[in-house]
Amino acid sequence: MEVIEQGLGQLFMNPDPDLLRAFFQLKDRKMVNKVMTLKNAVEKFVHDGDYLAIGGFGANRTPIAACHEIVRQGKKNMGFAGHTATHDMQILSAGEVYNRLDVAYVVGLEARGLSACSRKYLQSGKVQTTEWTNYALSVRLQAAAMGVPYLPARNMMGTDTFKYSAAKTALCPYTGKKLVLLPALSPDVSIIHVHESDIFGNCRFKGIAVADKELANASKRLIITTEKLISSNEIKQDPSSTSIPYHLVDAVCVVPFGGYPGTMAGEYFSDEEHLKEWMTAEKDADKFKAFLNKNIYECKDHEEYIRINGGQVKMQELRAKELLLNKEG
Amino acid sequence: MADYNSMELMISVAARELENGATVGVGTGAPCAAAMLAQKISAPDLVIIFEAGGFGPELPEMPISVGDSRTTYRAIKAGSMGETMDYCSRGFVDYTFLGGAQIDMYGNLNSTVIGDYANPKVRFPGSGGANDFASFCWKMMVMTPQDSKRFVEKLDFLTTPGWLQGGNSREKSGLPLGAGPYKIITNMAVMDFEPNSKRMRIISINPGYSLKDVQDNCGFELLKAEKIADTLPPTEKELRILREEVDPYGYVIGRS
Repeated sequence: MEVIEQGLGQLFMNPDPDLLRAFFQLKDRKMVNKVMTLKNAVEKFVHDGDYLAIGGFGANRTPIAACHEIVRQGKKNMGFAGHTATHDMQILSAGEVYNRLDVAYVVGLEARGLSACSRKYLQSGKVQTTEWTNYALSVRLQAAAMGVPYLPARNMMGTDTFKYSAAKTALCPYTGKKLVLLPALSPDVSIIHVHESDIFGNCRFKGIAVADKELANASKRLIITTEKLISSNEIKQDPSSTSIPYHLVDAVCVVPFGGYPGTMAGEYFSDEEHLKEWMTAEKDADKFKAFLNKNIYECKDHEEYIRINGGQVKMQELRAKELLLNKEG
Repeated sequence: MADYNSMELMISVAARELENGATVGVGTGAPCAAAMLAQKISAPDLVIIFEAGGFGPELPEMPISVGDSRTTYRAIKAGSMGETMDYCSRGFVDYTFLGGAQIDMYGNLNSTVIGDYANPKVRFPGSGGANDFASFCWKMMVMTPQDSKRFVEKLDFLTTPGWLQGGNSREKSGLPLGAGPYKIITNMAVMDFEPNSKRMRIISINPGYSLKDVQDNCGFELLKAEKIADTLPPTEKELRILREEVDPYGYVIGRS
């Protein structure tokens, strides 16, 4: 197949599926207890220089507690998949955790506006970027999950998004149509937040899947943060509900409200006041430093972060909001 | 005549474009409001689709994120981003609404950078799902305030495809055939695209504006349809539903 055009962007991860197969050949298949603290999981599985992907969708079922822990541990020089990265990216930008970025959606927090901190970091010249789209990153993860070096698609062509990507175009050998070829993306480490998991990492989430099934399958290492543990028997009584099976998982960390201040489908809505505090604080360097000290660096863990931001009373308010209880009278 | 603001006008005009039974891919804000308004007035079976995986919800209120749980409230399916975009890619989605910091005469959009890519003056979010929706959905529409900083001769960055360089350039690019920009709805006018050149063309002018206003607030020369209509202002019914049911807190329409 002859390449017609090639994007100028850098490809941060090698898409060779035999490298991935060699890795998975050696990955432990034993169903063992993987429960550990989030601190231990991040120490053990997230390394400086790794390529990182965060599950969920910006501030929806996103492992925010894990993002805090990564910043607290001062991880650096990471690659990052900006796959509708919103509040997660804001946190990782505050810690200057990554220096290369696959862009699909970055900097913004959707209807809430743009993050001054993420924007400043991206404009600082410290971050190398390659452009993609949300679908392109999903498809790239799917390619890695399938163990193929790329998948074809029909987006991106004719645009600067393609020009600054690391994609290629070629003619389809069946139809003669021009296609964009999206290279497989296998993150070194990914973190996904779920509703419930057993101690082995068999887990379930509710609501939209975003790209988390592709991500779980594509990742070399996977940390699960879960709202709660359930018994393995419960998983086995309803196997059609398993979202991610244990053999993809390296660590299971119990973090109630681990997606706070984001939304968790059916459990709690996003804390818009607190997200606004973030967006206000980050506009002023001194205030932001104090804000980060208070909310991340001087917090022992997520439990403390929640305690200083309204505690259980706030969590119950967010639960009522998520369940639209105000509409019931 | 009813008192209304330009956002209410744009949303009402956009809602009228969405016929019953169609599928529409939307984001938060004005596009979502237009789809909700259409459902409540003329298109009860309009299927609303969100890029993160929400399919066919009965939206109880405006979502804050295209992935929050409002997007799957009493929905047909809580799917995935891949699934949503696969629907679009195989021609199942009729409409989408997009926006950007800049738009050109072929309906191409920039939501990536202002300035040079390597040293941007301002870094914006990038494509997100916009390039995907615009590549795949049959008819792409834009709702935007109109001024010559936004309607530019040349984009700083072409994030999302319109008709690319016009003529048959989009066909040649490899993007799916037959899909592309359809209507541009601004505070001043409604534009479509002349079928051969694929250049933006004024088809109706909103109440209170002149042809000159529309051209003066555009950084490129607009074509003019043979007959230019007057845009119908929002009706009492549209305004009432928009204010009371769609956006009671005024998040998008700026009233409460």
